[in-house]
Amino acid sequence: MVFGNWSDPSADPGRPVAYVPASVRRSAKIVVAGGFGVGKTTLIGSVSEVAPLRMEEPITEESTGVDDLRGTPGKTTTTVGMDFGRIHLAGGSLALYLFGLPGQIRFRPLWEDLTEGALGCLVLADTRNLDACHGALTLLEERGTPYAVAINTFPDAPAHPDAELREALALDPATPLTRCDARDRASSLYALITLAEYLTTRPAATHLDPLESLR
Amino acid sequence: MTGPRRDPDMVRPYVRTGGQIRPRADVRLESVVIAANGPTGALAADARLVMRLFAPGDGDPGGGGPRGGGLAVADIAAALEMPPSTVRILVSSLMDSGHLTSPPSALPDEPASDVLQEVLRGLRELV
Ligand SMILES: Nc1nc2c(ncn2[C@@H]2O[C@H](COP(=O)(O)OP(=O)(O)OP(=O)(O)O)[C@@H](O)[C@H]2O)c(=O)[nH]1
Ligand SMILES: [Mg+2]
Repeated sequence: MVFGNWSDPSADPGRPVAYVPASVRRSAKIVVAGGFGVGKTTLIGSVSEVAPLRMEEPITEESTGVDDLRGTPGKTTTTVGMDFGRIHLAGGSLALYLFGLPGQIRFRPLWEDLTEGALGCLVLADTRNLDACHGALTLLEERGTPYAVAINTFPDAPAHPDAELREALALDPATPLTRCDARDRASSLYALITLAEYLTTRPAATHLDPLESLR
Repeated sequence: MTGPRRDPDMVRPYVRTGGQIRPRADVRLESVVIAANGPTGALAADARLVMRLFAPGDGDPGGGGPRGGGLAVADIAAALEMPPSTVRILVSSLMDSGHLTSPPSALPDEPASDVLQEVLRGLRELV
């Protein structure tokens, strides 16, 4: 892992920050999604060229009161963490940001911000709990964000043939399905390459307005 | 972002952004900004915190430009421990007021397919 340049942490009150090199002429982003604990943070850490950072967005959820024993609408604030890292490509002229977010339907507003302008999404799945990525798949389809699925291979996870996995996840035949070890940089990069290959070759690549499907 | 939110049960705190509730469409989490030689007038506390990240430090190692270099909205949110939705709006305001700007070398928006090709080529070079 190559770490970026750090400002003196005593110079400002916040956390240290790695500035974007002056060579960067444009930025882009890819989202890394999946259920809780599926390896999103690990994958981002494996490929990032700067120390991965974390953002926190508080969300307020209002319960409808239906299952509130006191009968009053409740309000709870939860903080949702989003990890991200950065890779510098094309001779340092392109900063590719990778953002990780659990695919929970109740995180929809965060998903809107995250998928806006995203090139695509890598969905991590764990065969011990395939259902955990359904939230991510639902949100991505709503947003019209193209995605590839990578099975993160945990040692005690059952191995299934691709056809069964595709069926269980209800994947479109064109959607790439690959495997990776999120702890391994090259393996994680190959999963991202699988996604990027799909993004460059799929016919819809000519019209990439993520909001279009919502209009 | 256009149209109403689809989940009315969820609201986000906009109180820190001086009432502005919607970021500019071109200010996304990955958008990189730098300090502009703009006005130095009084700013609200949160906006001042953002601008401090762009102030030149002693022996600034960033090397990214005259005032510390560029940062994406996400980098600012992480550094200041502020919600990214708030930072998007703060950065939008600071761009509108001339305090922040896009890097001078920034390329104009290009067809997404060009960026995709560059990402694919770049990732392949890394393995
Ligand atoms: N064997 C194996 N373990 C992994 C792999 N990827 C992640 N892990 C481990 O799984 C655990 C969870 O990984 P995280 O990267 O924190 O998962 P996450 O998706 O970010 O989790 P949340 O942010 O809590 O949703 C960690 O203990 C990792 O070390 C993998 O590919 N193989
Ligand atoms: Mg995580």
